[in-house]
Amino acid sequence: MNVTGAAPLRLVWHNVAKTYGSRPVWQHLAGEIQSGEVLVISGPNGSGKSTLLRLFGGLEQPTVGTIEYIRGAQPLTPRAMRPQIGLVAPEMMMYRELTALENLQFVAAARGLGCSTAALLEQLAAVGLAGRTSEPVSSYSSGMLLRLKYALALVHQPTVLLLDEPTAMFDEAGRALVDTIITAQRQRGLTILATNDQRELAWGDFVLKVGSALQ
Amino acid sequence: MSNDRPASQPSRALWSAAWAVARKDVRIELRTRYALNSMLLFAVTTAVMVSFRLGPLGVSRDSRAVSTLAVLLWVAIFFAAMNGLSRTFVREEETRTVALLRLSTPPLAVYLGKLLVNLGLLALLETLVTLLFVVLMNVRIAQPGLFALILGLGGFGLAGATTIIAALVAKADGRNALFTILAFPLLLPLLIIAVEVTEVALAGSSWSNALGGLRVLAAYALAQTVASLLLFELTWES
Repeated sequence: MNVTGAAPLRLVWHNVAKTYGSRPVWQHLAGEIQSGEVLVISGPNGSGKSTLLRLFGGLEQPTVGTIEYIRGAQPLTPRAMRPQIGLVAPEMMMYRELTALENLQFVAAARGLGCSTAALLEQLAAVGLAGRTSEPVSSYSSGMLLRLKYALALVHQPTVLLLDEPTAMFDEAGRALVDTIITAQRQRGLTILATNDQRELAWGDFVLKVGSALQ
Repeated sequence: MSNDRPASQPSRALWSAAWAVARKDVRIELRTRYALNSMLLFAVTTAVMVSFRLGPLGVSRDSRAVSTLAVLLWVAIFFAAMNGLSRTFVREEETRTVALLRLSTPPLAVYLGKLLVNLGLLALLETLVTLLFVVLMNVRIAQPGLFALILGLGGFGLAGATTIIAALVAKADGRNALFTILAFPLLLPLLIIAVEVTEVALAGSSWSNALGGLRVLAAYALAQTVASLLLFELTWES
């Protein structure tokens, strides 16, 4: 499905393997998804779900194989796609000395977005942080931090949304927020989740199981 | 055939992103004051300790006294800088904000933003150390223009080299010790020349006596800037 009108964006990975030292995480991974689709990566703890997500986000390189984003004729590596990628992950922390608004202002400016303060406040309100935008992030609860991560990941309207444990710190309201975000992302591009939560598996059109072949 | 970087990166967008990084770091520094406090504390402690023994009454205006003051000035600047300038990258690793920075900011903008912050910190440090030396040790700067140029060129070389070294060591264990160990041999040529030409500025000799040294300082700053710009992306992404 492609609602944007442009050629659909495809993510294609072929013969991908990742090794840390002599320990293989997984090997011979191959697959493809495109705009409008949601892929769920599932597997036991330590199976490399987060690692694969980081590879799709261009934050790490595969030991073997290729990962490419393709729209039209020109393939792009994940690193080159970073301006169009949004990531929510437990290991990605924000600047705790800054407020939520200042964090968002920094990311928007670094990405070259000309967002007004009103637009950024609206973005924070959309993830449920209205009224708390001027507090230092260090005073936030785990759930509020996760909401801010969603605001940071969505500020540039990414065509690729990568979510690692997307509702790990959320209550039911937070879970509903993620459901809304994933539904909206289907209109904008592709989504990849890494999770073991059975309820989150239902969001996926496809499930990629990692780790079991090497156990 | 894959493409490893965007087709073009307009310089205006690059500088805008670099400015965003610098503004963010300055804001955090003003709230934590980690680098500022450690640098200022070292600079003040050194200057006060030295002034007790080599104060206005302890230093004559002969050439040996001028050499001593020039060395002490750059020793204070170097060690105070070692205490604070690595924080720009180390803090990103310690607070695990690296992923956010890598995803949102072009690598070159990260380097330029961090360099701007370190240049600002070093300018502040050099001004303070100079004032302390003038007040506590009655240092008379015979060639103020030349002296300012030396501090500018030397400071640029010092800030540029420490910024790229900080990026290199940020992921390592024992990064603080490693930072000084790596910085010292790289900065030694710069410091030796800086001391030499600072003697000229303090003694009031002719500018022509400092020209050779000034050229070396400028060449050092230029060479390390070019090398840093070429190497940074590799360092940042590895």
